[in-house]
Formats: sequence, structure tokens, C-alpha cells
Amino acid sequence: MIVFEGVAKRYAGGYTALAGISFEVRHGELVVLSGHSGAGKSTLLKLIPVIERPSAGRVLINGQDVSHLPRTAIPYLRRNLGLVLQESRLLFDRSVFDNVMLPLVITGHPPGDAARRVGAALERVGLDGRGKEMPAGLSGGEQQRVAIARAIVNRPSILIADEPTAHLDPAYAADIAELFRSFNQAGVTVLISTHDASLFSASRPRRLVLAKGQLVEDSRPTGRPAMEAA
Amino acid sequence: MIHWLYLHLRAIAHALRRLAAQPLSTLLSALVVGIALSLPGGGYLLLDNVSSLARGVSGAPEISLFLDMDAGPEDRAAIEQRLKATPDLGSYRFVARDEALRQLEASGLGDVLGGLSANPLPDAFVLSLREEDPELFERMAEQMAAWPKVAHVQLDSAWVKRLHALLGLGRSAVLMLAGLLGFALVIVTFNTIRLQILTQRQEIAVSRLLGATDPFIRRPFYWFGGLQGALGGLVALGTVSLGVRALSAPVTALAETYGAVFVLSGPDWRAALAIVAFAALLGWLGAAISVRRHLAGA
Repeated sequence: MIVFEGVAKRYAGGYTALAGISFEVRHGELVVLSGHSGAGKSTLLKLIPVIERPSAGRVLINGQDVSHLPRTAIPYLRRNLGLVLQESRLLFDRSVFDNVMLPLVITGHPPGDAARRVGAALERVGLDGRGKEMPAGLSGGEQQRVAIARAIVNRPSILIADEPTAHLDPAYAADIAELFRSFNQAGVTVLISTHDASLFSASRPRRLVLAKGQLVEDSRPTGRPAMEAA
Repeated sequence: MIHWLYLHLRAIAHALRRLAAQPLSTLLSALVVGIALSLPGGGYLLLDNVSSLARGVSGAPEISLFLDMDAGPEDRAAIEQRLKATPDLGSYRFVARDEALRQLEASGLGDVLGGLSANPLPDAFVLSLREEDPELFERMAEQMAAWPKVAHVQLDSAWVKRLHALLGLGRSAVLMLAGLLGFALVIVTFNTIRLQILTQRQEIAVSRLLGATDPFIRRPFYWFGGLQGALGGLVALGTVSLGVRALSAPVTALAETYGAVFVLSGPDWRAALAIVAFAALLGWLGAAISVRRHLAGA
């Protein structure tokens, strides 16, 4: 489903963020990407929705090489991915409902169906009935939940999250981790980067560890995979 | 098609929300655009009115044949014979010097002659030709100027020709003014859209991450520019209409002092539509250039 083949990313000035990264994520897997700050986790995740392009190697999504995807085709790739970034990146001049609605507006969903989907997504992240509130009135954890609802409202088959618990209290962070586990149990392929892999240990995820831009560990859970355990 | 329409309707709603969210800024922009466009709009309207007037008076160009002051009845009869024998002549009428004086007095210019002891005006024939061919008029005038007892031949169409030339010049000036102020409108919209892009940078970035295409992001800005231009066009239309209303009575009164009937007319629905559409088009153009220039870096 997601394949990295000898991927490298070098920035202008000679800094190498990633070098010789190869791995494959299968459909329905829960993958936790960990490593110290500057290990290359965010850069790796940015290659999937083509926020960045690799300097070498290939990235394949559902068999399609996205490394050289034309600029005009990138939006259509992103519509099939759910993205949750470190900061919630919500629009603070719009209500919670409108923030979650945005992906459906972009894809041109009929308003009635879109409203139902937004309601369902908010319910899924525990914010049922709070659509009219403004993001500024929510806690950090709730804002991140809104961002997650926005990521899943299009029902993506792949969910990518870059440090979704980075700025949250432990209790909120555990809630968010539980949400991702539940999405994975529903069949969504989930790829999460985090400083604190222990948050997801109960889900028995596959663990990729990066250090200085290289993949230094790829450990699959022993016993049944997370999806089968559900 | 329905999806395309939905996206445009959404973009229009988005643009309207943005315009309504900054009422003072919207009003000021519309005033700047409107006042700028009211100058060429008003100029065009004025020319249009004068053109109508010129068309009315130039419908039957005439030649005035003024006789020598000592021309007697026999001389007049001889000239009349020549006129009857002229093949291209349409019609003619004789204006005796006393009748000419009465007409002059009726026009309000009789005071000019008040200090004179005798009527200085000559007898005259006023002619019209079968064809309104300017070259034929000039040729005929040259021939008639050589006839005995003819003191002066005047082509009454000459001033109309001059007026048409002046109108042509005026039209060119209005076009130049419209071009310059239209360019200013494009710049105003360009700058407004640049500021809009700056304030919506976050929304643009998030929308891109969520799969928004470039046309999806650009569309509300195009509509914003177009609607702002259209609002400016409406202000221009209002300004011109108010101007016409204010000037109409004084112009009519002035025309009456010359014995003429002239009513200043405002823009009809075609002209009104043209002004608003032109302003909207310029706004759209300014937005398109600005979006092309600034959105790549947003």
C-alpha cells in the first residue's frame, strides 16, 4: 500500500534528512514511526502526500509512484489520504463544523450528505454537538480531535499523523492514541510519527525507528497484528 | 456541470462573505473604482448626447447662397433660373433680407444689430441637394460662388463636419482616459487581492493540504475582484446618473436661450450594463494577475 524504495531526501545546502529508506506498509497496518528530533520522521511523512519530493528513490502509494507526480495530480492524491499534522492547523475564523466540512467542500460533496458526514466524524472523535463552537474555545486536545475529524471525514484508506500528541497532556495524548487505534481497527492503514511510542504500545503496532535519517529498526509485533486482534 | 456550478456558487458566496466582512474597505474600494470610472463614463455620455444633437442637425445639410447687397429682382430671377437648371438640386427657398432680420431678432441676437441704421443682411437662397455627398456639396458651392451677383456661398454642413471631427477627438480622449483609469482599477484590484491572499495564507495552505486544486483556490479571488469591480461600476453609474440629473435642467435652459430644444439624457440600460460589466471585467483581470503573481508563494 505504501512502499519506500531507497528513498533519500537532501536539502539545498547539503543537509541529508533521509538516506536509503526502504520499507513497505501493508493495508490495515498500524505503524508507529519513532526517533529523536531531527531523525527525519516529519520529512518521511511529508513524502507520502508529496508535500516534499524525494531526492532519490521512489515512493509508491497503492502502486502509483508519487515521487514524480505532476503538480496538478497532487490534490487528487491528497484527497485519498487523511493528514493530521503536529499543529492542528485549524481555521480559527470558522466553526468546528466548517473546519471539518472543508475537505468535503473541496471534493464538492452535496451539502446534505456532507453535513451528515461531518456530524458522524465529530461523533467519532467525541465532539458530538460541538460543531457550532469556534476552535479558539477548545482545549489543545479538542483542537487535535477536530483536526482528526477533518482528516477522516473523507473516509480515507490511509491516515498519516505527524506527532499528533506532541503538545498534549498525557491524558489527552492517550485519548488521541486510542482514537488512532480505533481507526486502525476499522480497517484504516495508520502511519503515525511520535516521540513517545509507548502511547501506542497497547495496540501492538509495527515500529519503525529512524536515527539521523536512516531506518535503524523495523520491528513487527509478535502474535496477532493489531487489526486481527480487534 | 452541476458540480462546476456548485463550486462557482460556493466561490461567489465566499467572495460575498469576504466583501461583507470588511464593509469599510469594500466601500472605499468601490468608491475609488466608481469615481475613477465615472470620469470616462460621464465623458462618453456627454459625447453621446452631443453626437445625437449633431445627428439631428446634420440630417439635411444645406448651402446658403448670399447675394450682393445691390442685387435686384432681375438678378434674383436669373439666379433662380440657374438653380432650376441645376440637376443635383433637391429643393431651394428664397430668404429675403427682411425675413432674415426677423429670424435673427427671434433668435435673441437682434440686439447685435440694434445700433445699425439699416438692415445689413443680404437676400439669400437656402438650398439642399438630392444627395448628402460632402464632395458634391463642395463642388456645387465652388460653381455657385462664380455666379454673377453671388457674394458668398456658405456650406452649412461645414460646422457639422468640424463638430464630428471634435467628437472623434473627444472619443479618442475618453478612450485614453478609460484605458488609463481602467489600468488604475486593475492595480487597485491587484493590490486588494494581494492583501486578501496574505490574510488567507493559512486557509490556502490548509486547503492545499486537504486536496484543493489551484482553480478551487483561485476561484473565490476571481469572484472577489469581479464583484468589487461590479460594485465600483454601480457607483460609477450612480455618479453619472446623479451628474446627469443635476446638469439636465441648466443644459436645457441654456439650449432654450439659443432657441433649441435639448434634453440631456442619462445612460440607458445597455450603457448601464456596459459600465458595470466593464468594471467587473477589469476587476476580474486585476484579480487574475494578482492571483497568478502571488498565489504560487502562498
